[in-house]
Amino acid sequence: MKRYLKTIKLFWSTAFAAQLEYQLNFLIELLAMLGTLSGSIFILSLFFSDGRQLGDWSWEAALVIQGVYTFLDGLTNTLLRPNLTEIVNYVREGTLDYVLLKPIDSQFWLSIKKFSFAGIPEIILGLGIVFWSAIRTGINLSIYNTLAFFVSLFIGFVILYSIWFLIAASSIWFVKTWNATEVLRALLAAGRYPITAYPVILRFIFTLLLPVAFLTTFPAEAVLGELKFFIILFGLALSTFFFVLSRQFWIYALKHYTSASS
Amino acid sequence: MRLFGLSFKVIKTLFTTQYAYMLEYRVEIALWALSGVLPFIMFSLWSQNDVGNSFGLNDIGLARYFLSAFLVRQFSVVWVVFSFEEDSLSGRLSPYLLQPLHPLLRYVSAHLAEQATRLPFAIVITIFFFLFNPSSFWIPSLSQLFLAYLATHLAFSIAFLLQSLVASLCFWTEKSSALERLIFVPYLFLSGLLVPLSAFPEKVLMFANFTPFPYLINFPAKILSGMPVDLLNGFFYQILWITILLPSVNTLWKLGVRRYTAMGA
Repeated sequence: MKRYLKTIKLFWSTAFAAQLEYQLNFLIELLAMLGTLSGSIFILSLFFSDGRQLGDWSWEAALVIQGVYTFLDGLTNTLLRPNLTEIVNYVREGTLDYVLLKPIDSQFWLSIKKFSFAGIPEIILGLGIVFWSAIRTGINLSIYNTLAFFVSLFIGFVILYSIWFLIAASSIWFVKTWNATEVLRALLAAGRYPITAYPVILRFIFTLLLPVAFLTTFPAEAVLGELKFFIILFGLALSTFFFVLSRQFWIYALKHYTSASS
Repeated sequence: MRLFGLSFKVIKTLFTTQYAYMLEYRVEIALWALSGVLPFIMFSLWSQNDVGNSFGLNDIGLARYFLSAFLVRQFSVVWVVFSFEEDSLSGRLSPYLLQPLHPLLRYVSAHLAEQATRLPFAIVITIFFFLFNPSSFWIPSLSQLFLAYLATHLAFSIAFLLQSLVASLCFWTEKSSALERLIFVPYLFLSGLLVPLSAFPEKVLMFANFTPFPYLINFPAKILSGMPVDLLNGFFYQILWITILLPSVNTLWKLGVRRYTAMGA
């Protein structure tokens, strides 16, 4: 365990040094993030024109969901995207060999090696929006709600990571899968809006098949104190299931890895 | 007959090779086609929440608009900056520059070949859309189809030129694809991919109309879906943007090539 923590420290400090070379990137990311956020809030406001509501969600409550989405998007940009999109390249170029030879767990190495600091402002801003809008809805933020919020955020992140890793791991067979993750990203954009705003079929799909609801709607409900306890339990079970699945799938996939050009 | 200084034979060879190349990766292209589902997600939201009326659109109109937006996007998607960055960083650009063919034209032919490969997938997705929303079925008239085709092509040209402008910056910086996000974000919100622009408040709409983005999705999609649309105004702005962008890309490209030092050489 200690060894792994030390490795993370080394990984991220070298990542930081490498990114200092591209300082302009921070600025571009920041601008893109602010543009995306204001654009999404603008689109959201169109739903609420003429005093309507969005699937029983008030304006402030819907903003909480935007906050959760922004937070997860930031986490995606710092950790998931830089790491998991590389797996395809390792497989294609055969450099996965070197990773497998290292005396450290390969899934760990592949999932944590890179760290993009440009995503950090998005994470902070996302959390800020969540708590600011939650307080504006008039609820009092109890310790229990805050705790439930962070637990369900964790559940959401684990599910997101596992699904993404599953798709990335399938590149061992298909090699070119990075556009499969594009399909995933396109579908995840559905998480910007509360799950109850969708037609019934999509609600079902987004809860059980591709659990978008666990990524944004449920954490938002948690902070607003509306999340039922059994959903947290169900989420814990579901995220464990997805994580174990990604783990087992990776072990299975490695048995089929034949390296490039050999 | 020559087009852009290319003989017919060169054009034909370019297309057939690129088309053969694209056919090799059919699954990949099917997945790209699928990754354009965003308009459908937005459609399900807008129609479920009865917002359509405030745009002056009923449910059928809304369905037709978003299907058209999806189709227009399928045939105006541009990725030149990503290919170009890769070619530039890996040094593949050097032989391209030596050939008596503008490298950008090579990418144009790749894009057009990819669009041809996408066509069957787009048709399949359209059929599925109509199966789920049978009431929205419609067949546009021939003139509508032709005008929408033309507008989509012009939209593709604008998008391609915009991205080439960013791609040309590869000559100065290694990571110009990061800059592409600064185009993509306003494109996402102002093009009409997420919502018909008629839903915008007046001031935002005025601002949007000063940018090239509404002419990339909203204008062609309106023609295809049979919504009332100011054709003259739309085509005028499309052509205006092309006449602004074409010389800019040309100039930036020439300046850039002079600086080119062949990565890794």
